[in-house]
Amino acid sequence: MKLAIDCQGLVKRFGTYTAVQGVNFQIPPGKIMGFVGPNGAGKTTIIRMLCGVLLPTEGQATVLGFNVLTEPEEIKQRIGYMSQKFSLYDDLTVGENLDFYAGVYSLRGKVARAEKARVIELIGLADRTSQLVASLSGGWKQRVALGCALLHNPQLLILDEPTAGVDPVSRRVFWDLIHRLAKEGMTILVSTHYMDEADTCDYLGFVFYGQLIAFGSPADMKKREGKANLDDLFIYYVEHEASDDPRNLAIKKGGRS
Amino acid sequence: MQRFVWVRFIAVLKKEFLHIRRDRASLIMAIAMPIAMLLIFGYAINTNVEHLPTAVWDQARTADSRELITSIRNTQYMDPDNFVQGYKEIEGLLDSGKARAAVIIPPDFGKKMKGMKQASVQVLVDGSDPTVARAVLSAVQMLGLNKSLELQSERIIALGTATGFEMPLNLETRVWYNPDMKSRVFNIPALIGLILQSVIAMLTSFSIVREKERGTMEQLVVTPIRPLELMLGKLLPYVVIGFVSMSLIMATGIFWFGVVPMGSVPLLFLLATLFLVTILAIGLLISSIASTQLQAMQMTFIMLLPSILLSGFIFPRETMPLFLHVLGGVLPLTYFLEIVRGIFLKGVGMEYLWQDTLILCAFAVVLLAIASKKFKKTLD
Repeated sequence: MKLAIDCQGLVKRFGTYTAVQGVNFQIPPGKIMGFVGPNGAGKTTIIRMLCGVLLPTEGQATVLGFNVLTEPEEIKQRIGYMSQKFSLYDDLTVGENLDFYAGVYSLRGKVARAEKARVIELIGLADRTSQLVASLSGGWKQRVALGCALLHNPQLLILDEPTAGVDPVSRRVFWDLIHRLAKEGMTILVSTHYMDEADTCDYLGFVFYGQLIAFGSPADMKKREGKANLDDLFIYYVEHEASDDPRNLAIKKGGRS
Repeated sequence: MQRFVWVRFIAVLKKEFLHIRRDRASLIMAIAMPIAMLLIFGYAINTNVEHLPTAVWDQARTADSRELITSIRNTQYMDPDNFVQGYKEIEGLLDSGKARAAVIIPPDFGKKMKGMKQASVQVLVDGSDPTVARAVLSAVQMLGLNKSLELQSERIIALGTATGFEMPLNLETRVWYNPDMKSRVFNIPALIGLILQSVIAMLTSFSIVREKERGTMEQLVVTPIRPLELMLGKLLPYVVIGFVSMSLIMATGIFWFGVVPMGSVPLLFLLATLFLVTILAIGLLISSIASTQLQAMQMTFIMLLPSILLSGFIFPRETMPLFLHVLGGVLPLTYFLEIVRGIFLKGVGMEYLWQDTLILCAFAVVLLAIASKKFKKTLD
């Protein structure tokens, strides 16, 4: 089976600082892969390399069968991207935002209208199309941003902390949608800080200090280290992998272990 | 009663200094800007008009005429170095702005001086800049008066009696282009350039910087959109706005202030479009450096000051020290002012404006190339 994402020895250096060192993983199509890890661990850098926006210093990666080094434009046309910033135009209405992104993905006339209608139906935006984005709540902005990323029927959806700062109900609605899309065959790469979200992924990658230190299904990973839940696993990895990390010392001082 | 607590006050003080130290741009602006402003103002605001390029048509070629030219030079107001033959040449020099004044000495000048008659010399002054013209006029009149008194007393000594009540030397002055020497006629065409520059550069840079500020640029980067598509799509609306605002300013100038262009209006629009392209490139350049709208606004303001002072907008560039003269030469506005004033006041066409036009073209091409390269980088 063709892989949706195939990373081999991905390295990114900014000057002398190594942000990502030697990341390997493979995801088959139609699966949800979650990235977890502390802030600044390199999750966003890996994601940006896979989007074809940032060139890897070393290593290889293919996304949907296209090389990130040589065919970034092919990748860009086939992926949907959404970040925690919900990059929408506040002074445009929901409908106008959708129209703009449809145009950016070269959708025209009938096709554009049909796709827009599909997305509005899928996400339940019908009552909101004429509303200014500025007047929407965080949860609704998140849904509109997702809608903009889905207009061109991407084969791969990349979500960089899509639920940061969103209320629990909106998060639940959002994740139900993500699972539905995966069932329809879309591959999804998502980074998150919420362990309940991570638990529902098919694969999980733990990123720490620019490395992918653990990879597998959530159940396997918990079993491997004998932990009852992902929270404990997360803390275990931080303690285990970098005993000199200040975060780690703080945990020990708190007397949790 | 509430007590003033020094510790709290010191904490705030310390924090503010830290802010200032971290914010290099503001620090530089706080220290360098006042010095730069003082230097620019001090040197550029020099209403003493000196060493204006002057054309001389000496038809007499006698010792007397040469002496007159020397005394004109000695006034320091004019540099009569450009010797020409005939009206056509004078007209050309004045039209192109290479000369700001012209002295025409008739063939019988020497004869009349020797024959104790009244000799007439014509002085033409470019009146487009009334400040300059007024200075030249008064200098010439003073010179004529002085010379006449000198001659008169010489003649009295020679003949024992005055030859008459006529002045021996008559310096006849004529003001060209703006005979009434209205400063409005001088300023309004130039305002077209200045207003266009400040407004359009600011709007263009805002429209792009806004995308960076809101994070939508980050989103656009991961879409298939190409830098050129984005750039042209963002710039074109401002070309339209620029045209509308240019037409409005011109219409206001013509119908409200009554400053009617002497030359071709289509040519004016054509060359103004060229200027507009240059301005858009500047806006683009600003947007590639600035990361917030506030920074973009500061940068347009930084550009505004030299544009007013050094481009010839208020003060004649001829009288500036060499350094400021050169500094004014790197502003596109300087050349557009030559063009817009040439067309409005002198009614000249491409035959005299081709140099300014070429320089403006060069500005447009170079700035656009740098700007689009920088813009591409922000996207990559």
